[in-house]
Amino acid sequence: MSSAPRTLAEKIWDAHVVRHAEGEPDLLFIDLHIVHEVTSPQAFDGLRAAGRKVRRPDLTIATEDHNVPTTGVTGPDTPLEGPGSPITDPVSRTQIAAMRANAAEFGLRLHPMGDAGQGIVHVIGPQLGLTQPGMTIVCGDSHTSTHGAFGAVAFGIGTSEVEHVLATQSLPQIKPKTMAINVEGALPDGVTAKDLILAIIGQIGTGGGQGYIVEYRGEAVRALSMEGRMTVCNMSIEAGARAGLVAPDETTFEYLKGRPNAPQGADWDAAVEYWKSLRTDDDAVFDNEVTIDATTLSPYVTWGTNPGQALPLASVVPAPTETKDPSGTERSLTYMGLTAGTRLKDIAVDTVFVGSCTNGRIEDLRAAAAVIDGRKVADGVRMLVVPGSMQVRAQAEAEGLNAVFTAAGAEWRSAGCSMCLGMNPDTLKPGERSASTSNRNFEGRQGKGGRTHLVSPAVAAATAVTGRLTAPADL
Amino acid sequence: MEPFVTHTGRAVPLRRTNVDTDQIIPAVYLKRVSRDGFGEGLFAAWREDPAFVLNQPRYEGATILVAGRDFGTGSSREHAVWALLDYGFRAVIAPRFGDIFRTNSTKAGLLPVVLPEKVVALIQDAAEAEPPAQLTVDLDARTVYVTGGGLAQDIAEPFQIDDYTRWRLMEGLDDIGLTLRHEDLISAFETTRPSFLPTTI
Repeated sequence: MSSAPRTLAEKIWDAHVVRHAEGEPDLLFIDLHIVHEVTSPQAFDGLRAAGRKVRRPDLTIATEDHNVPTTGVTGPDTPLEGPGSPITDPVSRTQIAAMRANAAEFGLRLHPMGDAGQGIVHVIGPQLGLTQPGMTIVCGDSHTSTHGAFGAVAFGIGTSEVEHVLATQSLPQIKPKTMAINVEGALPDGVTAKDLILAIIGQIGTGGGQGYIVEYRGEAVRALSMEGRMTVCNMSIEAGARAGLVAPDETTFEYLKGRPNAPQGADWDAAVEYWKSLRTDDDAVFDNEVTIDATTLSPYVTWGTNPGQALPLASVVPAPTETKDPSGTERSLTYMGLTAGTRLKDIAVDTVFVGSCTNGRIEDLRAAAAVIDGRKVADGVRMLVVPGSMQVRAQAEAEGLNAVFTAAGAEWRSAGCSMCLGMNPDTLKPGERSASTSNRNFEGRQGKGGRTHLVSPAVAAATAVTGRLTAPADL
Repeated sequence: MEPFVTHTGRAVPLRRTNVDTDQIIPAVYLKRVSRDGFGEGLFAAWREDPAFVLNQPRYEGATILVAGRDFGTGSSREHAVWALLDYGFRAVIAPRFGDIFRTNSTKAGLLPVVLPEKVVALIQDAAEAEPPAQLTVDLDARTVYVTGGGLAQDIAEPFQIDDYTRWRLMEGLDDIGLTLRHEDLISAFETTRPSFLPTTI
């Protein structure tokens, strides 16, 4: 263990090295492994074929999120098949059935469709208090970077690595470089965590963070709520960084205190004492540093087919020659059906989606509800509100947010990944255009031929009201 | 996985940047619970266009994909790697890869090769020439060799890959088996973990 000044990511990394050998990746211990139905079945098959067990079921938790429908889920007795089953796609059903069989066979805790604890992998970890500072967290999903908001090293892995973690509770990893993104000054009123991360990705590009763990620092980051920090860390992968994190502070401790899996009593005190040591040393050196001036930011929106193609909502669709990748821009504009010079505020949408692991938490629903309260979804526009977990849904209902949404004409759904990636029936039709609080505007992401503009929950709600990309301030 | 030492074949030029894993294999194809058969979903949306490069008969049987910057960004789906392998690809050459895609590739036996943008462009030109270039991706020598395809001179471009990953790929070794040789160290580490850390059951 070195005594030289270290960054936060390096401290967490060093504390988890099971084995270090020159010329080999470090073997890292994994504190928490979250499993879902899409990227795990082949991993469990691998365990069976080799006669292996899950090494630490007590550090593993599973849920069903990618495939589950967001209508017709009636509670714990929701049937998987037969009359009353909300799942119409037999292949989706097979995948969920496999998750259930694997969880039973290998002794894993599972929150299935209909369970009060069910939700998106990256929403349920934090809500249970399972996501804590200083931990290593993995999941077969690229948005695992979300958990970095708590000051954890959290990253997405593929199915071979899922199998490896199930079998060994560890992972061989080459230590990434570290990057600081310093967000100086305060975000102006009406500018959210989503606008901040879209601005960051717009500046450094989809590969700008490649090979790094990013630490988000500075006044604007410190001022963010845990939900806001999760939104920022969530999209680290869209800048190419496998992980992003924020040093834990009182905001973090306050969020965790009293959650079901947070430490209690003397353990809480010991934990907080350790968590307070989790900060980058003053004289530590990052391999790369980027500075963002928060005071210049405004609501952001994407215009193209990757999250780096983002601009302030007040701007116009760029011409290919004005961008770093003219042929890529040309392809994006053709796919999006947009012409250079069009004002982003003039782009009309058919669908508004509020939800996902990026923006499906309670604060996101409150932000959207505050904008749409007393207003109506525009004629011809469909608005889906999909809570990130059944617990978020219950809390929103206790606060009356569901009534605000339904009074405005929006659809109030149950929890899942939903239209973020359209593995369940919530999809765009070819040519349809959405304003979406999710994380990816890739071609066909929300349904084949669908066109996606990434926005914050507040912009999504304002857009639903006018039917065009709109900031709340312009209502 | 199948060992990778050296591979010779023809290349498919994919002149696109930011090819995310949603394009390589769309989400609707991720519902299978087995590892095979994903080739039919490879670039499914793009393959509907008869002019798409994979639909051109001249590239039939090519085994090396040569793509633009930031190939394999986005989703962690290893299905993208399985789809490329199932379709018949053994290596992908690009100026930069998405991190998770690159890791997944080395776990499943698909070799990701990072070459400078200018060299990638030269190889794409040579792959489009008639007759097309022959490529050899030599992991042992950590070099890509390109001959023919109208090149003014043959290419022998070195690439970087860490020693450990190279060895594992060349031997076709299963990572889990390698890690389990150190199971005693994992057990020892487990005894040192603080009691305040959470458990799920």
